[in-house]
Amino acid sequence: MVETKVTALSDAKVGNAGVLESINLPEEVSNYLAHLGFLPGTSVQVLRRAPAGDPTVYRIDGVEVGLRNETARHILLRLTAEEAI
Amino acid sequence: MSCHTPVLEPLEQAPPAPAGSKTRLRTVALIGPPNSGKSTLFNRLTGMRQKVANYPGVTVEHHSGRMKSIGRNDLTLIDLPGIYSLSTYSEDARVAVEVLTGKMPGVPKPDCVLLVLDSTHMNRQLMLAAPVFSIGLPTLVLLNMSDQMDARGGKLDTLALARELGHPVSLISAAQGTGLEVIPEFLLHADDKLSTNLRPVQLPVLQTPAACRTWATQVTARTNYQSPAASLWTQRLDSVLLHRVAGPLIFLAVVFAVFQVVFSLGQPLSDGLGTLLASLGSKMTPLLPTNVLQLLFRDGLWNGVTSVLCFLPQILLLFLFIGVLEDSGYLARAALIADRVMRAIGLNGKAFIPLLSAYACAVPAIMATRTIENKRERIATILIAPFMTCSARLPIYTLIIAAFIPNHKFLGGFIGLRALVMLGLYALGFLAALFTAKLLNSSVMKASTAPFILELPQYRWPTLRSLGFRLYDRGKLFLKKTGTVILGVTFLVWVLSVIPMRHGQFSDITTSVIGYFGHWIEPVIRPLGFNWKIGIGLLSSIVAREVIVGTLGTLYGVDPATHSLGLQAALRHDMTLGGAIALVVFFAFAMQCTSTLAVVRRETNSWKFPAMQFTYMTIVAYVAALVTNQVIVHLF
Repeated sequence: MVETKVTALSDAKVGNAGVLESINLPEEVSNYLAHLGFLPGTSVQVLRRAPAGDPTVYRIDGVEVGLRNETARHILLRLTAEEAI
Repeated sequence: MSCHTPVLEPLEQAPPAPAGSKTRLRTVALIGPPNSGKSTLFNRLTGMRQKVANYPGVTVEHHSGRMKSIGRNDLTLIDLPGIYSLSTYSEDARVAVEVLTGKMPGVPKPDCVLLVLDSTHMNRQLMLAAPVFSIGLPTLVLLNMSDQMDARGGKLDTLALARELGHPVSLISAAQGTGLEVIPEFLLHADDKLSTNLRPVQLPVLQTPAACRTWATQVTARTNYQSPAASLWTQRLDSVLLHRVAGPLIFLAVVFAVFQVVFSLGQPLSDGLGTLLASLGSKMTPLLPTNVLQLLFRDGLWNGVTSVLCFLPQILLLFLFIGVLEDSGYLARAALIADRVMRAIGLNGKAFIPLLSAYACAVPAIMATRTIENKRERIATILIAPFMTCSARLPIYTLIIAAFIPNHKFLGGFIGLRALVMLGLYALGFLAALFTAKLLNSSVMKASTAPFILELPQYRWPTLRSLGFRLYDRGKLFLKKTGTVILGVTFLVWVLSVIPMRHGQFSDITTSVIGYFGHWIEPVIRPLGFNWKIGIGLLSSIVAREVIVGTLGTLYGVDPATHSLGLQAALRHDMTLGGAIALVVFFAFAMQCTSTLAVVRRETNSWKFPAMQFTYMTIVAYVAALVTNQVIVHLF
């Protein structure tokens, strides 16, 4: 709980959790992501990576969403805790 | 098989309403976010069967039907594609919004709305509620998947939520069929706003998703909503099925197991059915007068139609597997595993689901591309979809493989050579799709910009009800096609193989119209290892791929040399291994399907794309078959 590092979502490790800081993507994409729950202030957990290492599955609000790293790179996460699942 | 026929009913002529109800209410719209279970509910309420599956984006068109199952024949229910908001830009969302606002030509403006939300994640699902309420129609909020909610310990106060929203709210499970009695109750009073004891709530006008989200979160917090814990089983299964090493291996094993079972279990069933039908035919023939009719029946129709009909068990097995994979939620995981490959060829992540459904049939797959916003990427996906091995290729594949490939077994009987060859043919089609996508991306289409965003649904047990319906529908479609298209073509082929009449006698097949024509085109296909009968089969299968099996059944049945043999034996007698393999390779690539061409024409709104697609696929098929035959001839 002490750590408050900000990192790109794509760089967060599996098991990391945090709160979304900002989403820096074209409006079309960020609107779509917003409807899936990707909005500043929402908590996210990095669940697992696909066998090829990319995309990564995130849990946001009890929903699991797969994102390619090329997209997750533009989303910033403020880490709140580091815990294994 | 290769056509997708949603059962639609005319919208006009509403039967009289039951006594006591007002007649003003006519049309009800069903709306909700993707994968919230709208189609499952639609099927429950109408007794119809729209395609449902456990992943988002299955419904891309609006469908309507009478609400028969709840005794309201006077009401038309419209099932809309899933949407996240009223301001999305893809084709399917546009359809939903136009219907809802009464701007869709030919569809009456809905009088009230059933809003379906997945109760297991309300924070997100409620975001759609505010824009839908703002349309101003009487709305019943149905919180679906109450069974999942209960099982995983979620909490939801429907009364508090109804007060907060100013609209009636109820928990249901469309899959289990529970809680649905609230719907007829609501419909009785929907046109009578005073009867609801809810005071109207002034909802904020919400412009941005962020505002909708803030509102939704506040509402759930005020009503003490507790989202259910993540399904433990989904976590456990995913840790294996998406495992770095085990995941891809299991994926391959699943795909292979499907083909293995289609052969090891399906082939004996098909052979049995074939034998049964043949003996039935020989028992029935003497009942007919010994004349033209008997010849027509025995040599023409029966041979042709039953040679296709006997593939029914294998088709059903294939669809049973597809059904289990779709309903359980595994397909979304397959998309995740395969994404690396998709990205390598520059394909939109959203193309995966349409391409996957093209394994059943290209027609619904091409309609499913409506979820792809980018027009160029959508057209690229439409153009490559028919390379995916659809179920209409199954009869000719299994026929040739059973006739020409020995039934060798490896690894203690687990892996069969026939299933391997079949897998190879599926891989061939997939590679052709990859190659074509690459080609399109580097020339016509620009690099993909739309990101890959995939929701992973929780795993669910496929219900026997849903699987049973799938098989019944598929079986019916296959029988219908056999009884119409294949019967018709078979009849035509038989007539052409006995005319012209000479001195009151039928022609011999070689001197008949079809014989002349076949021999005339033979030089074109000779290098592929095909004889003239195969040539006629290829031409007839432009209508639909399975037709070739019916045509060959008839032609070999009419020919005295092969008359007494079964179709497999007749083909072995008449074709080389090179020609046989070249034939299936031809089918892996060729665009032999008028329904697909028609749907491409409709979806792209031009003849240019279907014409281009047909030409390109035929050339690829011809060249590939030519190379296959020549290589095999020179090797063996």
